[in-house]
Order: sequence, then structure tokens, then C-alpha cells
Amino acid sequence: MIKIENVTKKFPGMEIPAVKDLNLEIKEGDICVLVGPSGCGKTTTMKMINRIHEPTSGSIYIDGQDALKMNPIKLRLDIGYVIQEIGLFPHMTIEENVATVPNEKKWPKEKTKKKVAEMLTLVGLDPELHGKRYPSELSGGQRQRVGVARAMATDPPIMLMDEPFGAVDPITRAKLQNEFLRIQERVGKTIVFVTHDIDEAIKMGDTIAVMRDGELVQHASPNDLLSAPADEFVSSLVGRNRSIKRLHLIRIREILSDLDRPKPAKVDTSVDDIRKQLDESDIRSVMVVDRDNKLKGIIGINDLKKKTGEQAADYIQELDQSVTSDATLNDALSVMLECGEGYVAVVNEDDQYQGTITLGDLLNVVKEDE
Amino acid sequence: MAKTLFRWLFVPLLLIAAGIVISVYTVNNPTDSLVARALTYDSILKSLREHLWLMLVSMIGAIVVGVLVGIMLSRPKLYYLGRGVENVVNVGQTIPSLAILALFFTIIGLGFRVAVFALFLYSILPILRNTFAGIINVPDSIIESARGMGMSPFRILTLIELPLAFPIIVAGIRTAIVINVGAATLATFIAAGGLGELIVIGLSLRRDMIVLTGASLAALTAIILDYLIGQVEAKVVKWV
Amino acid sequence: MSQGINIYLYFSKVFTGDMFMAVGQDRPGLISRTVTYIGRRSDLIWDLLLEHLWLIIVSISIAVVVSVILGVIISYKSSLAATVLTICQIMMTIPSMAMLAFMVPFFGIGFTTGVVALILYSLLPIVRNTYTGIKEISPAVVESAVGMGMTEWRVLTKIKIPLARPVIMAGIRTATVMIVGIGAIAAYVGAGGLGELIFQGISRSHEPMIIVGAIGVSIIALAFDFVLSWGERRLAAVGKVREAKQ
Repeated sequence: MIKIENVTKKFPGMEIPAVKDLNLEIKEGDICVLVGPSGCGKTTTMKMINRIHEPTSGSIYIDGQDALKMNPIKLRLDIGYVIQEIGLFPHMTIEENVATVPNEKKWPKEKTKKKVAEMLTLVGLDPELHGKRYPSELSGGQRQRVGVARAMATDPPIMLMDEPFGAVDPITRAKLQNEFLRIQERVGKTIVFVTHDIDEAIKMGDTIAVMRDGELVQHASPNDLLSAPADEFVSSLVGRNRSIKRLHLIRIREILSDLDRPKPAKVDTSVDDIRKQLDESDIRSVMVVDRDNKLKGIIGINDLKKKTGEQAADYIQELDQSVTSDATLNDALSVMLECGEGYVAVVNEDDQYQGTITLGDLLNVVKEDE
Repeated sequence: MAKTLFRWLFVPLLLIAAGIVISVYTVNNPTDSLVARALTYDSILKSLREHLWLMLVSMIGAIVVGVLVGIMLSRPKLYYLGRGVENVVNVGQTIPSLAILALFFTIIGLGFRVAVFALFLYSILPILRNTFAGIINVPDSIIESARGMGMSPFRILTLIELPLAFPIIVAGIRTAIVINVGAATLATFIAAGGLGELIVIGLSLRRDMIVLTGASLAALTAIILDYLIGQVEAKVVKWV
Repeated sequence: MSQGINIYLYFSKVFTGDMFMAVGQDRPGLISRTVTYIGRRSDLIWDLLLEHLWLIIVSISIAVVVSVILGVIISYKSSLAATVLTICQIMMTIPSMAMLAFMVPFFGIGFTTGVVALILYSLLPIVRNTYTGIKEISPAVVESAVGMGMTEWRVLTKIKIPLARPVIMAGIRTATVMIVGIGAIAAYVGAGGLGELIFQGISRSHEPMIIVGAIGVSIIALAFDFVLSWGERRLAAVGKVREAKQ
């Protein structure tokens, strides 16, 4: 989709080029994260794609077309653009801001209006409530959302994002990241994403391009980057706790099917059957589900000693938290730590039981890594 | 709508009414024949007309030229020239208005046109400076995201830069009007008429009534104009 | 007399191509006539210059005292602030010629009229800057001073006014530069100063007089602007050094 070939950028009056002989190919529908310390040329690289900066030499192809020979205005109209400071126009309402590119493309009014409402809803803002406000009346997180909505208003196949979630607090940031990934799953755009935060890169990226001093050091998937850093610089960038970072990358469903877990007990199973099941499989507790396979709770071997009932239902202890199979292993770990247990139940959106993940499973994953 | 318009115009209308009352009173109750001869409806209206005309022509010219030149200087190619012009403007504004009028008198001579031209040049300064400063102070991030979204330079100027610079440009125009209305009162010294003429006649005849009438009308004109432009400044910008 | 003619000839030769030389008139150029005029009437010009400076200094001194007190008062009584500032704003909007004219029936023709008008014009910039200068001081600074047991008077004189000084100074500069120009107009109501050269020059069509007056006032304005902005920067710099040392 985007192909950067031998691109060099030298700013006038600077001795050292900001970007040196860079080659990078980004596949359609991928999020490619450019990451590196400040001054490594990541932002410059991104800004050469929509020709905010013109490359000194080399070429850039978008969909096979030479971007440097295209009319820059036309090129930019088809590339979504979100920058760090967001750059919302303070004198325009939220609606007017989001309608910027549709207006530049001279869309009919009705179509623009519909699209604006749709985009605001997509990023989780209420068009009725927020549409007529001015940027100064919104919170930082809301402004970031508007920035994203504005960039995506005309459905550009490509988006350039320069630290789009940089100016908000960590909690809002994580929320925006998750929401953005959810949106991306639906829209599947080709995205160039610039950040200096390696954790964000690992979370957001399908591929990560690590840059230093204007040069590309390594371009790989997050998993490969963590398991096989190209050199000292990359491994110091990803840091010591690479193994823990890998937990961010793996989703529960990826390991769940490989695990051999005892079947859950039904609520109307008799106590004796449960005790037998536990004794046979040498485990100390079992999950309990109802007829629709919905998770009800857990029964431990010690609970059964009280002998006050006949059915499993009488002994169930409810669980504080569970995770969905979409969550990452890191989320599973957090839940375990929060609840102080060595396991966590996995359910789907309808609360139906999918399996159980234990601390041991996580250790196995990390161990494979080393 | 009508109500807000009324509230908007209440103060100016009140001040205009005060001006009319003063004029009617002094014309009908002259203290002696000298005052009666100097203060007639005709003479007052003539001075007022000259005064407003002097301001109107010079201000419109100054706004057009000041804003256009300010925009030109803010373009990247002329930016460094703009910085220099800013310094010249600052020095120009330090020079007193009477000195400017006097110097123009020695160069071009007497009359209405000379006064208009001097006022025009003098009023350009704050407008030009504020237009330039207003545009170049628009944050880079806003310009860049506009560029990144595919806006042409002309669209960026008209849709982003000028609207954002608007409050500062209006503040410049307000400064210019205050300077202009003050200097217009001096225009009488180079035979360009205006309300200053009543004051000068009154002083030379030693008749306080004439002096006070002229001074009141000049002051009221200045306050009304300042009030109106202040309203524009406060009401038009909704987004801050 | 013949000496004078020689000087005329000399300067008109030096300034051949003088852009102000009246075409077809056998008369030296304006610049040369001006230089001659300065040479001939240097005593008068010098007196008027001193008179002008005196007018400015008297007015601005009184204005500074009055305005700073007024600014301090409204910084304590914020209910008064809007009213006082609006009145000062309106006063500054009134054309200077009109303002001077208003003074004449009360103070007659002369120096006093000029001084009163100039003081009124100086109020707004100094009062406003004193007020904002004090208001902009971080509340934490004032609070810690009060917390350390300083009396309100000490807080004002030792903390607030010193911290607001650069801003007040900026107001004084604006006011001074402005009243240099208005001082020239005040000559019309008998306050004296270089404005007299301008008005007499216009009424007698004596161009060199006008030029000397106009350029003289401009130079005074520019000089005050230069000196006071230097002082302002010094004050601001001193403040910064103090901050840095803390």
C-alpha cells in the first residue's frame, strides 16, 4: 500500500540528514508504528508521506502511484491526518471541524451532515450533545476523539497519526487506544502511527519500525521484535521485561484451545459426582455453569466438606471478575493479581464459560519465549 | 432579535440623543451674538459631516490597505520583510499625530485631502501590525493539520488564518479608530474642517459655549465609535 | 545680514536636488531653511524644548502617584475595578483636542490646563497596569508572605509593588510617549512647549518652524520610549535574576 524507497530528507541548514536512505513497505490494512527516541526522524518520515515535508531524494509510492508526482492537495485529501497537538480549529464547532475534508471535497450538505454524525458516534461522542460545541469546551480525551473522527470523515484508505493519544492521562489513553483498535478492526485502514512509547507501539502495531538517527533499525512484528531484537539499541528500547510485554501481545483465545482443562460442572450435578471428578483429576476446584453454559461460580474441594446440600448450586462461590477471550494475557494476569487468585475464568460476551487460565499457563508462555 | 438589537444600540442611541440635546440647546440659547453666529444647525452639521467624512474615508482606506499588506507580509516569502516593517510601524506609532499632520502640511500643503491622507497613513500602522501579528501567531499545529487535510493555501488563509486572527485585527482597528478620531479633531489646523473647527473658533472668540459644544460632540463621536467596535469585538467571537 | 545670505547659499548648494525646493522659485530648499532657522533661533527652541520636558515630567510625576494609588485601591476593592477602568478607558477615547477644550472653561488658558489634561490621559495605562500587575502575582506568593506574619502594608510595599514594577513601568512608558504628543497639542491652550512652534508655524506658513516643532516632539517621544523601555527591561531582568537566585 505504502512503499518508501531510498528516501532521504535533509533540512536546509542542517548538517546531518533527518532521514537517511529509508526503505519501508507497509501492507494494506496494517498499522505500522514508527517508534524511536525524539529526533530519530519518525515524524519526518510520516510527514513525507503526505508531503508536509518533501523528500530530498528517493521515492514514495502509494498504491503503486508515485506520490511525489501527484498534486499534493489531492494526495492529502485521501490521507487522514491526526497530529500530536490535534490541531482542531478553535473557531469552528466540532461538527464543522469534522466536516473539514468533506467540505474540501465539496460533498453535498446532507451527505456531510450524516457522515459527521456517524463519525462522532463512531468515536463515542454524541452528535447532538457535542456537535455544536467549540473545541475549548471539550476535555483532552474528547478532543483526541474529534481529531480521529475528523481524520476519518471521508473514509481515507490511509491514515497518518503522530502521537494521536499523546496529550491525555494514562487511563484515558488506554481507553482511547482500545477504542481505536476496535474501530480499526471494523474499518481496516492502512495506518502509519508515530509514537515514542514502545508499549503503545507493541499494543497498537501490526508491524513496528524502530528508527534511530534517521535510519531504520528493525521492521518486524511486535512478537518478533520482542523475541529477536536486531541489536543492542532495539533490545534496550524494548527493555528488560520483554517477557511481560509479550503478555500484552497474546490474546487468551490463542492459548485457550491448547489447554487441557476439566469440564465445568453443572449447577444440578450432585455433590458426590463433583467430589469424584475432583479426586480423579487431582485438582482442587471446578467451575460451575448453568444450563445455558453461563458461568455461575466456582466450587473448591474445601467447600464440599460443609455437607449442607445435595447439589453443586448449594456450594457455589461467586467470582469477582472474569475475562473475555479477546483480552490479552496481560489482562488475565492483572485480574489474577487483583483477586489474589492463581486462576481466572474466561467467558464470551454472553457470559458463557470458555475455559480457565492459570498462573502456570502464563509462566509456560513466558518460558517458551526465553 | 429585535430585543438584542435594541440592547446593542441602546448606549449609542443614548449618546446620539445627548449630542442632539446639546446641539439644540446651544443653538437655541446662545449667550451672545458671537455664539449665535458661530453655532447654527448648519455650522454644526457641516463640522460633523466633515469630521465623519474625514474619518470614514481614511479608516476604510486604512482597513483595506492595512489588512491586505498585513496578509501579504505574513506569507512565508515576505515574512522577514514583515518583521522589519513591524519595527518601522512601532517607531511610526511613537510619533505624535500632530507632528504627522504638521509634517504632511509642510510636504503637501493644506486641505481636506492632505488630512485624509495623513490620517490614512497613521491609521494603517496598528491595523497592519495587528493583521500581521494575528496571522503569524496562529499556532503551527493548526496550520499543519489544515495542510495535512488537503487545504490549499488560499483556503487556509480564508477559512483558518483570517478567522483566527480576526479578534486581533479588530483590536487593531479599534486602536486605529481611537487614534483617528483624535487626530481628526486636529485636522482643522490644516484647514480640513471637522469638529475641531468649532473648538478652535470658540477658543479664539473666547466663548466657552462654542468650545464645549465642539468638544462634547467630538468626544461623543469618539465614544460611540469605540463602543460599537468594542461590541463587535466582544460579540462576534464566540469560540474563545 | 550678508552672513545669513551666505549661509543660505551655502546650504542650498549642499542640498542641490533638495526634494522640497519649490520648482521655479528662487528660494533655498526646505531642509536648508530649517537648518538656518535652528541656527538663528536656537535659544527659543531650547527654551521651548525644556518647557515641553517640564510639562511632561510634572504631569507624569503627578499621574504616577495618583494612578498607582488608584490601581492599588482597586486591586483591593474589585467591585470598583470595572467602573474605574471603564471611566479611564472613556477618558482616553476622548480626542485630546476636545479634552483640552473641556479644561479651558475651568482652568483657563495656560500651563495648568495642559497638566490636568495630560494627567487624565495618563491614568488609564498606569492604573490598568498597576491593577493587572498586582492581580497577576501568584496567590501563593502573597499567601506565604501573609503566612510568615507580614502585615498587609508590608506585603504591599515589599511583595506586591516590587513584583508588579515591570508591568507598572510598561504602563508609565505607554503614558509618557502618549502625552508627549498630546503635550504638543496642549500648546494651543497656552501650555507652552514645542507645540507652539507647530501652531505658530502653521498660522504664519513658516515651514521651518513647523518642521522643527514636529521633528522635535517626535524625537522627544522616541527618546522617552527608548529610555523607558530600557528601564523596563532592566526592571524585568532584575526580577528574573532575583527569581533565579531563589
